[in-house]
Amino acid sequence: MMDYSTINLGHGSGGLMTRELLDEIIFKTFSNPYLDKKHDGSVVKIEGEIAISTDSFVISPIFFKGGNIGELAVNGTVNDVAMCGAQPKYLSLAFIVEEGMKVEDFLKVVHSIKETADKCGVQIITGDTKVVERGKGDQIFINTTGFGGVNPKGHISERNIKVGDKIIVNSFIAQHGMAIMSQREGLEFESTIESDTTNLNFIANDLIEEFGKDIHLYRDATRGGLAAVLTEIADDVNMGVVIHENDLPLDRQVAAACEILGLDPLYVANEGVFVAIVDAAIADEVVALMRKDEKGAHAVCIGAITEAHPKKVVMESGIGGKRIVSPMIGEQLPRIC
Amino acid sequence: MKYLSEYRNLEATKAYLDLIAAKVTQPWKIMEICGGQTHGLVRNGILDLLPPEVQMIHGPGCPVCVTPLSLIDKAIELMDQGVIVCSFGDMIRVPGSKKSLLEAKADGGDLRILYSPIEAVKIAKNNPDKEVVFFAVGFETTAPANALSVLHAQKEGLKNYSILVSHVLVPPAMEAILDDKFCDIDAFLGAGHVCAIMGYEEYHSLAEKYRIPIIITGFEPLDLVHGIYMAVCQLEAGKKEVENQYARAVKEEGNLAAKKVIHQVFEVGNREWRGIGEIPNSGYKLREAFAAFDAEVKFDIENIKVPESSACIAGEILRGIKKPKECPAFGTTCNPSNPLGAPMVSSEGACAAYYHFSNNEI
Repeated sequence: MMDYSTINLGHGSGGLMTRELLDEIIFKTFSNPYLDKKHDGSVVKIEGEIAISTDSFVISPIFFKGGNIGELAVNGTVNDVAMCGAQPKYLSLAFIVEEGMKVEDFLKVVHSIKETADKCGVQIITGDTKVVERGKGDQIFINTTGFGGVNPKGHISERNIKVGDKIIVNSFIAQHGMAIMSQREGLEFESTIESDTTNLNFIANDLIEEFGKDIHLYRDATRGGLAAVLTEIADDVNMGVVIHENDLPLDRQVAAACEILGLDPLYVANEGVFVAIVDAAIADEVVALMRKDEKGAHAVCIGAITEAHPKKVVMESGIGGKRIVSPMIGEQLPRIC
Repeated sequence: MKYLSEYRNLEATKAYLDLIAAKVTQPWKIMEICGGQTHGLVRNGILDLLPPEVQMIHGPGCPVCVTPLSLIDKAIELMDQGVIVCSFGDMIRVPGSKKSLLEAKADGGDLRILYSPIEAVKIAKNNPDKEVVFFAVGFETTAPANALSVLHAQKEGLKNYSILVSHVLVPPAMEAILDDKFCDIDAFLGAGHVCAIMGYEEYHSLAEKYRIPIIITGFEPLDLVHGIYMAVCQLEAGKKEVENQYARAVKEEGNLAAKKVIHQVFEVGNREWRGIGEIPNSGYKLREAFAAFDAEVKFDIENIKVPESSACIAGEILRGIKKPKECPAFGTTCNPSNPLGAPMVSSEGACAAYYHFSNNEI
């Protein structure tokens, strides 16, 4: 493998070159009893209810401030499983690599996946690698599927949400989207904003261990930002959501970048932010416990579920006015002035 | 944040709202010129906090909204010819006669979304075998940067860079609105950013001729309520003057360096406004000396002309005659995913403001 400096079509042929790539990079990096069998699939045992989630990662640029596509591919799926109230254990990993990708870059991504998976406590147990012709991909696309047992102490379901429940977020919003934006061609601006990509499985499970079924819902606020999650919840449960602009956790630098680019941080993507909807009685304790974890250091209650204005998210503005937070249509676009 | 949080202060904003309520004795209609101001009013919930006597009328100051349909078709024609078209983000979802720039991109066109036209010059430099066109829309605010991009390209000796110009000017639009027989506006909030570039010397004659107060106003909640308060004070006192609320950014003479660049590259000419029609001397066109940078001349697209959609009442919205919710298509056949006209798409369009932030009663 080290004889090549770039990935070529041969590496996806299924022949000797594929074998070489798998043996020298994939199996070597992710070695575990399941993968070492080198079978087409793996047989695992998971007790009780199982949560499964899949996601594809196509981000550009693949290396960005605060992370890379590999780290994202693990954290993203791990978090989706965790948001089901489960502790992720196993991950599938599929690559679609564009012909011409530097082996050096591929290795960086693979090693980052390994490191992140270790942090999350998940094992890669099956996978796939395909190579497409130059121009038919964007260096590398990754799909991961996560599996994990649901914590029986909890019960995460929209049906548990009731009027008066509090809405808590764990961290600063809009970091990931603004970090990526700062590196896009034509939009580059100088900042030290880093992606917030991280795994939320331990903090989410700790809360269930402590508060059990009083945690009513988890959702991670990725694409579409906090606004997407809140508008979906309001619509699904047929209740209202009210949030307070002044309580939104927003880093000063990110707030400034959003101002300059004319973007609304509510709609900007996150990769390490989740929303917990919890019984009002435990809200303060949830915030306090979250703040003990570095991933919840900026945890704050931003609002509540209301009987008024069902299916609508209303934000009380900093100056005491009210406005609707509507679902985003397409991508947020840079403005003229 | 310095110069931001102070202007979003709850107590200060409330104090002005109380002053407005105490001062007002009769109904007044105040038009905010700029779409950015419209959004500021709606997204901060200010419209509902004003006393019922003060009615805000939304003005034509959305550059995307007033860009004629034919210009979008011209940009798409350029993409079809293999030109790299660079645009501000707001423009790309606005429907042309057949499709939007975004749809043209999906069909294989090369579209780049930029914040600055200077980036487009870089793209031209890096792609010497391709033609690069910047879609130069906007009011006086964006004119200096667009003019500067032409000067940069000239200095670099680039032959593959040009701009598709659709620049419009605020004062002629204000006059067109005031000349309209349906117009019943009592005062203007002038567009702060435009005046930061151009100053407000030319507004004095407008205020005098039409006997109307003009308050140059900023965009933050405190700016807006302060500007409205200043307008109400003048109206109640029977004054008709130009005042500057946005003094931290606007000087009477404007930004002289920016104005110099504009006048070096552009000259005033007639312009067609979407929904309003042609207004004499209401826009910029490239000076003869810079004809080589004029995409309309270079690519022979001058003759592309298309009629406006009949279902969209953008013209009445932009002239302040109707409000978005008075349009039968609002929120039904016309919404941001399927817009009939530009005011529903642009981040500064009045219809989009109403749709996103107050589409139904709270």
